[in-house]
Amino acid sequence: MTYVPHTDADVREMLATIGVNSIDELFADIPEDLRLKGELRIPSRLDEHQLMRHMAGLAAQNLDLSQVTCFLGAGIYDRYIPASVGAVISRGEFLTAYTPYQPEVSQGYLQTIYEFQSMIAELYGCDLANASMYDGPTSLAEAALMACSLKRKDIVVMSEGIHPHARQVMETYAWSNEVEVRTLPLKDGQTDLSQMPEGAVLLIQNPNFYGVIEDLAAARAAADSQGAMLVVSADPTACGLLKAPGHYGADVVVGEGQPLGIPMGLGGPMLGLFACKQEYVRSIPGRIVGRTHDAQGRPGFTMTLRTREQDIRREKATSNICTNEALMALASTVYMSAVGKNGIRSVATSTVQNTQYAIKVLTEAGGKLKFPNARVFGEFVLTLPKPAAEVRDALLSHGILAGLPLGPYLAGGENDLLVAVTEIRTQEEIDDFARALREVLNG
Amino acid sequence: MKPIPLIFEKSRPGRIGCNLPKADTPEVDVQAILGETRDAVAWPEIGELDMLRHFTNLSHRNYGIEIGFYPLGSCTMKYNPKINERTAGLTGFTHTHPMQPEETIGGFLEVYASCMDILKEITGFDDITMQPVAGAHGELACLMLIKAYHESRGEGAQRRVVLVPDSAHGTNPASAARCGYVVKTIPTAEDGNTDLEALAKELGPDTAAFMVTNPSTLALFETNITKVCQMVHEAGGQVFCDGANMNAMVGTTRPGDHGFDCMHLNLHKTFSTPHGGGGPGCGAIGLKSHLAPYMPGPVITRNDAGQAVLDHDRPHCIGRVSGFFGQSLMAVRALTYFLAYGREGMSSISRYSVLNANYVKARLKDVLPAAHDRPCMHECVLTAKQYKEYGVRALDLSKALIDYGFHPPTNYFPLIVPEAFMIEPTETEAKETLDAFCDALIEICELAKTDPDALHAAPTKAIVGRLDEAAAVKNLDVRYQPA
Ligand SMILES: Cc1ncc(COP(=O)(O)O)c(C=O)c1O
Repeated sequence: MTYVPHTDADVREMLATIGVNSIDELFADIPEDLRLKGELRIPSRLDEHQLMRHMAGLAAQNLDLSQVTCFLGAGIYDRYIPASVGAVISRGEFLTAYTPYQPEVSQGYLQTIYEFQSMIAELYGCDLANASMYDGPTSLAEAALMACSLKRKDIVVMSEGIHPHARQVMETYAWSNEVEVRTLPLKDGQTDLSQMPEGAVLLIQNPNFYGVIEDLAAARAAADSQGAMLVVSADPTACGLLKAPGHYGADVVVGEGQPLGIPMGLGGPMLGLFACKQEYVRSIPGRIVGRTHDAQGRPGFTMTLRTREQDIRREKATSNICTNEALMALASTVYMSAVGKNGIRSVATSTVQNTQYAIKVLTEAGGKLKFPNARVFGEFVLTLPKPAAEVRDALLSHGILAGLPLGPYLAGGENDLLVAVTEIRTQEEIDDFARALREVLNG
Repeated sequence: MKPIPLIFEKSRPGRIGCNLPKADTPEVDVQAILGETRDAVAWPEIGELDMLRHFTNLSHRNYGIEIGFYPLGSCTMKYNPKINERTAGLTGFTHTHPMQPEETIGGFLEVYASCMDILKEITGFDDITMQPVAGAHGELACLMLIKAYHESRGEGAQRRVVLVPDSAHGTNPASAARCGYVVKTIPTAEDGNTDLEALAKELGPDTAAFMVTNPSTLALFETNITKVCQMVHEAGGQVFCDGANMNAMVGTTRPGDHGFDCMHLNLHKTFSTPHGGGGPGCGAIGLKSHLAPYMPGPVITRNDAGQAVLDHDRPHCIGRVSGFFGQSLMAVRALTYFLAYGREGMSSISRYSVLNANYVKARLKDVLPAAHDRPCMHECVLTAKQYKEYGVRALDLSKALIDYGFHPPTNYFPLIVPEAFMIEPTETEAKETLDAFCDALIEICELAKTDPDALHAAPTKAIVGRLDEAAAVKNLDVRYQPA
């Protein structure tokens, strides 16, 4: 049997030791009428070769973005993943471990998590970071609910510049916790902070969903005007060049860690980042690893501040999260180590450079910047003279995935296209995009 | 062995660990474009080989299933097939963007729909959604659906209480609280089943749901499950099944037939997607049709032609619970696993996992008796309370196992068993491994009586001994600070 090593002789001896005559007897506690009769109606088994062929057949029915030029971003980016990342995370010692409940046999993983926490805290300009959350949107929602309980106020103020999916996750979590969500509209692509309503927390994304760099100093001031906490959802690559949200006094910084060495993989698994000021450490969700020592004074790592967690505190825990995204956190730790201090600056700089070039040639090709006065990092909204979805579809036949049509997200945005340009796009690819766009617009 | 220095301590100015791509577009004045820019990010600067050595050497200080037996109860540490990693690594899966046009992800939608078809059949539920990304997230999603259901009947404000057994995993009450519910605890009866009298007393017009783990965390099949579900339904409540223990049931019995309204699955337990040192998980949920209208979006379904498509017409959808479709690459692994067993082999998962657990239980009965004298399911909950008189705790036995080369079982869970010692061997372990483990444990239990101090000192062969957890909290150090 697949993956089951028992021989008939093993089974006989085991049953004899147990003192029963058959495996069926072991299921005696399951009432007869609840037992399944006959086989399940599912497909027949495949051998390994057939399996590979079957799954490759399914994979071939997807548009493989390594075969086209990808300008689609919107929070998930086609960035270069160093070969070392896959090599490390496929090691069985890491891949097939459980949560490090037994620190004596988990020092390797625990140290990488400590290194991960250190690198994320540094990137976001915060005092500390946790060991990961599910993804960017759930990390944001958990931060908002933490703020509500710290401030004892059930109101969240959310910028409309936050990724629409993250806003939807926030709405779902808020509904189930009877928390009210008030939204702040955009003005010229930037969150309009002039009318900050009362609330426990202000949620803002930087750069925002439309690629625009927000005024975080103004966001801090707006939050302060209502005694609210400030939670910033920040793109990790952009933080290679932009001043860290922590620098502006953000209380909590969250984000989607996918750009740090994780494949797009249809959006899962992702990596939720969560960093904050020291004063909140006892209120944060998720695991956290600390450095300590054993009885002989040897240094070692262990999960700490465990009394916040569900297995100890049950319904009074700071969150219900248990399994997190450890392996993705490890992937990002390898990424951050591989690119290092200079590499992250180079990735971010190349992104800015490519983006500026794309803005130039795509506006020459007939697109217009929707927010011409806004500062952008690696993504921008291009207004086209035609419906963006049509243009996107037409460009796909040129081998170009042009971006995200904004019709479903932005009132009156049918002609708007969100274009992302990462460090791996070349001048030739961008020129090809511009040429094809001109053709499609004039055709 | 010496500690491995932090990667930061290996940093030397000017080194880099990857031959990174660099833009060939014209250079720009970054400062002018972005406005304010920051100082360098103080990440390590390390060459590629030394960086790899760092992580490889750290991996040598970590225990995984591929190293040895990992009988961590409630965690289902079974073999994670290598073929799953291969299929999930196909670029047609890894290089897809969750917001690329729906027409270009047909293969992925088919992966999801196939998983859902198979899970429906295995669990007996009417519908499956795979948007939740872990077990606790699946619990939360189920409770949200229950909330939406009660609201739709005008009973949302009234039904504020979620009942949770005293044996439940911590995520159950925590998820109920995360969903805005008040939690009340239901005791377990002498025989390990739900205390029906206590349940009857708590049930009422304020009951939103009862969260039951079946088989329970005591590794016992809840023999009264049909009755329990009936009682809760009569009170107008819903019954949720914590499916962390699905391994005992695959191909043998279906929770959907037990009377449950919804359940969560841990694909990272039952269906072999790797735990990865604490995640990613994959937390599909199963639902009866009355809860299906509220399913989180995006909803994947099959059209009349049998083609997997997105269903955009979901007026009662509760919204999203995570960013995109779910743990897509984990769904690829799970489908690979389902098809490796197929209809012919699926029940061997439950049959051999239950055989292995009962074998371990029988072999250890003289040194570590079971908490309940009933056939166990896919794991066994034993008690080490007899060693307390020698000053030896369950944790001491566990730490001693490390010196024998085994990963310890789960200790002190479920909370209601004194000195709980919870062993889950899974079906992928061979008899010799179980024997070696039991032999070691029998020897350790003997030592508990003759030389308890030796156990207090364990482990002695690991990289570190037991760590000072109190000091970790008191002198909190969760981040490298350059000297
Ligand atoms: C019984 C039980 N329920 C729920 C969970 C939660 O699952 P997860 O860790 O994937 O959130 C676990 C495992 O941790 C468990 O053992």
